[in-house]
Amino acid sequence: MLDNIGIIIGITLMYATPLIYTALGGVISENSGVVNIGLEGMMTLGAFVGAAVGYYMGNPWIAFLAAGAAGGLLALCHAIASVTFNAQQVVSGIAINFIGPGLAMFLSRLFFKGATMTKAIDINHKIPKPLDPIFEGLSLQDSFLAQIFNQYATVYIAFLLVFAMWFVMYKTRFGMRLRAVGEHPRAADTLGINVYRIRYICVILSGVFAGLGGAAMSLAVVSLFSPTLISGQGFIALAAMIFGNWKPQGAMGACLLFGAAQGLVVFLGGTSIRVPSQLLSMLPYLITLIVLAVFVGRSRMPKADGIPYEKGGG
Amino acid sequence: MQHIDFKSKVVEMKNITKVFGNVTANDQIHLTVHKGEVHALLGENGAGKSTLMNILYGLYRPTRGEIYINGKKTDIATPNIAIQQGIGMVHQHFMLVEPFTVVENIVLGRETTNFGGVLDMKKATEDVISLSEQYGLYVDPNAKVEDITVGMQQRVEILKALYRGADILILDEPTAVLTPQEIRELIEIIRNLTKEGKTIILITHKLKEIKQVADYCTIIRRGRHIDTVDVSAVTEEELAAKMVGREVSFDIEKKEKERGKVVLQIEGLTVKDNRGIEAVKGLSLEVYEGEILGVAGIDGNGQSELIEAITGLRPIEAGRVKMNGKDITHCKPKEIIDSKISTIPEDRQKRGLVLDFSVAENMVLENYAKEPFSKKGILNHGEISQFSKELIQTFDIRPKEETLKARILSGGNQQKAIIAREITNDPDLLITAQPTRGLDIGAIEYVHRALVEQRDKNRAVLLVSLELDEIMNVSDRIAVIYEGSIVGIVDAKEADENRLGLMMAGGGAEE
Repeated sequence: MLDNIGIIIGITLMYATPLIYTALGGVISENSGVVNIGLEGMMTLGAFVGAAVGYYMGNPWIAFLAAGAAGGLLALCHAIASVTFNAQQVVSGIAINFIGPGLAMFLSRLFFKGATMTKAIDINHKIPKPLDPIFEGLSLQDSFLAQIFNQYATVYIAFLLVFAMWFVMYKTRFGMRLRAVGEHPRAADTLGINVYRIRYICVILSGVFAGLGGAAMSLAVVSLFSPTLISGQGFIALAAMIFGNWKPQGAMGACLLFGAAQGLVVFLGGTSIRVPSQLLSMLPYLITLIVLAVFVGRSRMPKADGIPYEKGGG
Repeated sequence: MQHIDFKSKVVEMKNITKVFGNVTANDQIHLTVHKGEVHALLGENGAGKSTLMNILYGLYRPTRGEIYINGKKTDIATPNIAIQQGIGMVHQHFMLVEPFTVVENIVLGRETTNFGGVLDMKKATEDVISLSEQYGLYVDPNAKVEDITVGMQQRVEILKALYRGADILILDEPTAVLTPQEIRELIEIIRNLTKEGKTIILITHKLKEIKQVADYCTIIRRGRHIDTVDVSAVTEEELAAKMVGREVSFDIEKKEKERGKVVLQIEGLTVKDNRGIEAVKGLSLEVYEGEILGVAGIDGNGQSELIEAITGLRPIEAGRVKMNGKDITHCKPKEIIDSKISTIPEDRQKRGLVLDFSVAENMVLENYAKEPFSKKGILNHGEISQFSKELIQTFDIRPKEETLKARILSGGNQQKAIIAREITNDPDLLITAQPTRGLDIGAIEYVHRALVEQRDKNRAVLLVSLELDEIMNVSDRIAVIYEGSIVGIVDAKEADENRLGLMMAGGGAEE
């Protein structure tokens, strides 16, 4: 029983991690006033780049960073469209969501002999579990504690990033300015804050985070990229960000909830309980729907979120 | 006056011209302001005052012309340069970040930080407190801006400019959103600031305030400089004439008139506001034919809820409303309109017009379903535009083009369009809330005339306004509303501003 709980918590943390990265991306972009529903596309591209670079280079960290860079580049397109050219941000995001997976599959066929799935990364070239030696040293590798605390490095980094993001947003000059830009860009502008620059930085960072989220999936949770690997997790992260009230710590909590749903799916799939796996795998999405329907009315989004800023006038 | 240093010209704008497309917003305007002076910039809406000040603040670049700050020619390309030159601006629509605290708003863009860009809010709070004490601008530094009153928010705006070292403060229509009490406090603040050597440029179209606080006044009309005058040497009437370009009468001509029978009867009305708190409490009031009943009161004493309840937009908790003897207490808005009540709503853009509909469509918002405007559910656009053309002619709505979107019209013309529609509906009772808010003198005169004309046609008019002058000028009887009840009704001829003011404040007898 205790072991089962350990397994569920462990899986929860593992599956929540890609969501946390991506949701943090949503937090930073939307707090600066740019709606980013393109997270899904950025996450997918990141997952592919992570897996591909990981496979060819054999270094998970280079792969991880490359995934962030790829997400950031795709986000740059979103920034150009929605910040510079005042495009409808949702429409631009939808386009990103088509470009991301499309590009991922195109590149996959190019680099993996026509396959839309990358070749699996050698187990030693995946993101490491840094605490492995400690648990092995204490011969606790299959214990309850190990199930929970012996995680891939990306898991720890994700939680550190939540704290870092909270600190940056609420305790630093940059964070205050980015929130001001998302609430009242004209006010920020009259105070000499460069609205466009801040929005560019935040949108690109959101892509970097989403790319890292994708790689956390393809380099740690599994060890390859397939077209269905991400399938909606970017949207779940988006929902987590909203459910988390546009705050890093709130988004983290929501991601853990959705991660738990995912954990339950995996866990139940491995037990003798007879539930069709298709029905089971609906669980995270159902929870998303219910949570959004019940809670979203109460959350407060940044006032200028989704509204292109145009200088002059008034 | 005693604080003005005539030897030092802090702002000199010479031959400023600003062209937007083919519209000349400013045409060779000049403006000279001395240190320690309160300089009013007077003009009707759209005269070009704000454009001129936006140029001074670096939000627009002038097409032609030169600006000298403290005698030095300066190219103010961005607000940042303006701020460096000691110019601060308090915009009409506040530029405050609502979920931020007072301190955060004040320091934003000029934050005090420790190592690595980490905010030092303790130091910032201390700075703000000492600044606010220096100028007598008291604020709660840790309150969130969304929780404080509009008057407080304005102080935050002024502090924001002072924090950036502003010596020249531009205040854009600062009193438009304030209560009479807050206006008095603001005038006190302005005096304090000039005492400390600051210079104030006041954009306004309210003559009374200019007389109260300004030393000099520059009048702009249709983008041109008309005159710069010593305020103590001119009357309000002279200022108004210069602003509008013709004589304006403040006093509305009103014939003596006997009122007729009761039209609207409100008994013990109780209404809740959006937060579920009783905003109108057991209010009783009667309006007669052939009279204008003014409801005076400070904002937020239940005026909006009262009107929304009468017009069927807000549920009535208790009490009754009768129109021509018929009970309309829980009727739908449509039924209330059909019982011959017309409303000129408080927020003309939100409730009075559909901004993205054409003027013609807006003219039939209440009657589109009736013949001749539609038959069996099909609109007759010919009839609608014919009808609108007539109204546009009769009520002098400009531009004279019924296919334009209502959004394009100026505030005054939007209000004219609403008045045209509501009056043509031939009501027995005309309800108007803040009918002249944001309008300039010419348009105000027009609205007041229209109201008196309705009264002379033996209709009942209920006028709710926060402007005491307006109430006193136009009404026959004045009811004072305080905390959701009518605390007194006086005959307008015997009304006294001080006594009304006291009643509006709850009748506290010490003042």
